[in-house]
Amino acid sequence: MSTYLDFEKPIAELETKLADMKQLAEENNVNVDVAVKTLEDKIKKLKKDTYGNLTRWQRVQLSRHADRPYTLDYIFAISDKFIELFGDRMVKDDKAMVGGFGEIEGETVMFIGQQKGRNTKQRQMRNFGMANPEGYRKALRLMKMAEKFNKPIVTFIDTPGAFPGMEAEERGQGEAIARNLKEMFMLKVPVICIIIGEGASGGALGIGIGDKVLMLENTWYSVISPESCSSILWRSWDYKEQAAEALKLTANDMLSAGLIDGIIKEPLGGAHTDPELMSKTIKKTILDTIKDLRLMNNDERYLSRIDKFSKMGVYKELQVKVKA
Amino acid sequence: MSWFTRKEKGIHTPTELKKETPDGLWYQCPQCKKIMHSREHKKNSFTCVNCNYHERIGSAEYFEILFDNNTFTEFDTNLSSGDPLEFVDTKAYPDRIVASQKKTGLKDAVRNAYGKCEGIDIVVSCMDFTFIGGSMGSVVGEKIARAIDKSLETGFPLLVISRSGGARMMEAGYSLMQMAKTSARLALLSEKKVPYISLMTDPTTGGVTASFAMLGDFNIAEPASLIGFAGPRVIRETIGKDLPEGFQSAEFVLEHGFLDFIVDRKELKNQLKDLLSMISQ
Repeated sequence: MSTYLDFEKPIAELETKLADMKQLAEENNVNVDVAVKTLEDKIKKLKKDTYGNLTRWQRVQLSRHADRPYTLDYIFAISDKFIELFGDRMVKDDKAMVGGFGEIEGETVMFIGQQKGRNTKQRQMRNFGMANPEGYRKALRLMKMAEKFNKPIVTFIDTPGAFPGMEAEERGQGEAIARNLKEMFMLKVPVICIIIGEGASGGALGIGIGDKVLMLENTWYSVISPESCSSILWRSWDYKEQAAEALKLTANDMLSAGLIDGIIKEPLGGAHTDPELMSKTIKKTILDTIKDLRLMNNDERYLSRIDKFSKMGVYKELQVKVKA
Repeated sequence: MSWFTRKEKGIHTPTELKKETPDGLWYQCPQCKKIMHSREHKKNSFTCVNCNYHERIGSAEYFEILFDNNTFTEFDTNLSSGDPLEFVDTKAYPDRIVASQKKTGLKDAVRNAYGKCEGIDIVVSCMDFTFIGGSMGSVVGEKIARAIDKSLETGFPLLVISRSGGARMMEAGYSLMQMAKTSARLALLSEKKVPYISLMTDPTTGGVTASFAMLGDFNIAEPASLIGFAGPRVIRETIGKDLPEGFQSAEFVLEHGFLDFIVDRKELKNQLKDLLSMISQ
């Protein structure tokens, strides 16, 4: 039984109707093929209309869908072998940040990503995908290891933000993220970052400095979540839809702003409707992108990474007139 | 009957003709409430003569404190904000910018300059909190990047003075990427082995803390400054408890190992001189 979002209700109703019709037909042994076909076409059209015209807020909802695949789901689906590696070698192992070496069609890759939980117990253990400083330091340790053994890095970003707790501050959340940003710029191996769900602020960026930064179609990436933005700018939690519109936080928005490098298409209705197809698409994208990035030598690659991010931003500069 | 009668009721002197005590002759410390002469307060580097409270000052004051004879060359003065997202909340973003520019006389929340500090050439990039909470948008990111480039080009040590609430929400994705951009330039600066001192002042939080402010070769701070990643209100809401006294103060951050030292503003110039002369090659 799949979970439906509020705007998917009409689809859900038709799908229930379809299931009922099929069951009834089977029980009474009547032929309803024509009716089924009509209904199926209707559902198909409705889906196309709904998912073809998603508002920004609806995409945010899809990015948080309860059935959406998480980092480890993709890692297991993509890699033939995977060895998970734990710990930051300083304080502890952060369960909100996972990583390890995986092998995809003979290619060894360092996977790193935030991990969310599927049920209450898991969510608690994973801290809702909100990493502490030790999570960012674990990520950096693994990235440096990948560099040492000359293996490309793939990060999966899916977080509502870096954890804003007391211990996080005591252990230097700001410093941990800042260091990751700087160190990731100097990595001499290919780095691919893929936003697979939520990309909230510094917590996302902390593993988001890549030669190629890609977003799945129904994800968001911005400086703040629509809810928090609403609470700060409108002083109320009720303006999240408007905030989502104002922030222009979808994959399309981010691509047209030149802040990411590409979008990975999702199955109709979202990644969770066909995780297998989604994983296949991601796998192919990773392999193709690694191949492309290998065309540059290590120095060219990290310098062009620096160059790419250095150009981001929009401002006006008055030209001072020089007297003739 | 009185000698003088008002021909018209009410006050008719226009505001600009009013004679009052000149503004700012006296300064009252917001912390200990002591009243002191403004000149005395200024001479004391804008710190309270009684309780040492460090007033939140801006770039003009820091430049005056740091540069010998207040002589410096300001650069990249013509940058101002665009509105790439056509952002509107309760007010349109360009209106906010214009209002802030009028109020502060500044173009945006940071100013760059180079000059001599105790005879040593340095580049200073200093944030202004009065401009939309010192928030970092594209202009702040670009100007800090250019200050870093100035240091790369000249080899002069870089001092960045942070005082900021974090990223500027109205530039959404663009402001987030300024964290990346400034860190990218700092990566190059550190490869070139040019010294970078990050001075954190009250307050330094959010995306500024999580990027250039924490990336100094030397991370230093003014006493009692609030320094953190998440703001106190957010943390309070997350944990559902009040925060202990002094949480996220400069002293707290020093105690937890993320600052090299805390510097009294009156000692700042001297400390910089000593530090920079010790590491110069």
